[in-house]
Amino acid sequence: MQNRNLVSISDLTKDEILALLRRAKEFEKNPNQHILDGKVVGSLFFEPSTRTRLSFETAVNRLGGRVIGFSDARTSSQSKGETLKDTIMMVANYADLIVMRHPLEGAARYASEISKVPIVNAGDGSNQHPSQTMLDLYTIYQTQGTLDNLTITMVGDLKYGRTVHSLLEAMHYFNPKFIFVACDELKMPQQYKDYCKELGIEYEETRDFSEDVINKTDILYMTRVQRERFSDLMEYERVKNIYTLTASMLKGCKPNLRVLHPLPRVTEIAQDVDDTPQAYYFEQALNGLYTREAIICRALGL
Amino acid sequence: MSIQGKKELAVAALQNGIVIDHIPCPALFKVVNILGIENMENGVFIGNNLSSRSMGHKGLIKIADIDLPKETLNRIAVVAPNAVINIIKDYEVVEKHKVELPEDLFDIVKCTNPKCISNNEPMSTHFHVLDKDEFKCHFCERIVSREEVVLK
Repeated sequence: MQNRNLVSISDLTKDEILALLRRAKEFEKNPNQHILDGKVVGSLFFEPSTRTRLSFETAVNRLGGRVIGFSDARTSSQSKGETLKDTIMMVANYADLIVMRHPLEGAARYASEISKVPIVNAGDGSNQHPSQTMLDLYTIYQTQGTLDNLTITMVGDLKYGRTVHSLLEAMHYFNPKFIFVACDELKMPQQYKDYCKELGIEYEETRDFSEDVINKTDILYMTRVQRERFSDLMEYERVKNIYTLTASMLKGCKPNLRVLHPLPRVTEIAQDVDDTPQAYYFEQALNGLYTREAIICRALGL
Repeated sequence: MSIQGKKELAVAALQNGIVIDHIPCPALFKVVNILGIENMENGVFIGNNLSSRSMGHKGLIKIADIDLPKETLNRIAVVAPNAVINIIKDYEVVEKHKVELPEDLFDIVKCTNPKCISNNEPMSTHFHVLDKDEFKCHFCERIVSREEVVLK
């Protein structure tokens, strides 16, 4: 049987990514289709993630399928000490597909190796969250008309932010140029810079979130700087304000620039940016529905 | 036979078995552990901090009357990538080869990431060998260097 799990974005070839994006475009035109009639999808959220869960469950519902599962491990038998393996084996008896979110890294990979039904990873700790990456790619494609030869500026927490790491890996097929904007504490790990070097991907690194940087950017990918990443809270207060985007900083930007953010945002995008034509993060979240519909159909071979 | 040869033989002359040579001293007992030597009933000689022309100091293990499959012996390459295996038959070295790291390590090494599923579930570990100094966890994708390796 063809491997139809989606655990990590790096499991997908360029052609598979493009096929998923084409499928998502069909769902954007018509999100309600009776493709999953009679199918049951297990939605196992071992840690709460309302945004991702609602997006996946809406996708199943709009395709005519039904959802079983739980939204918090406290309400599952994991709280009684059941192993992940036993939970997966049990649910795989009932469901045609399992969408799972788990606080431990590698949980989805392990589940995919013991489950008899396909597994879609909806986030495993700080490791992978491939449906987020797919919706980022879809949004880039939708706003730029292409994925090729774009300048992507990533701002904020580039050290711990899994979304930027996965996006970087997924974009390597499309000849991107990256600009990494972060403070020293949160800069892009060496491992990913080596990855760019190996593949001949051009990148710049700067601490300075300036208009010079913004003006040569096609996609401005903002991320949240999280307080818990800092041992020194004074440092956090300083850094948090440096990496805040305001509407006035976008005055000289390229007309095609769009601002993306995986959400939730806190202070890193000022409210006045919401009213600029560049703001695109809410549309980006909506794209999560279409790309997840495409991911579910691929997993079920439909 | 040279005088030096006689001195080594005085430690333990193997009629049949395996000599594992050129083990880095800090890795000696990890090799003992990987091969499960503590549970063997064969005659075993373990030497450490022996002088070595190529390494300065080295560890060495002799196991009598045993025939271990290559895959088992290659497991020690995780901690002793330059170890040399000598197969002894009737006091003669009939085969001599360096250990080879396999492409995948199953249940040899523990993941260093406490949030890895493999440290939280009763399951085998699995690492992909990137090169002889770096291993990547199949599950959480953490890269572990040879110096950081903790045996399971």
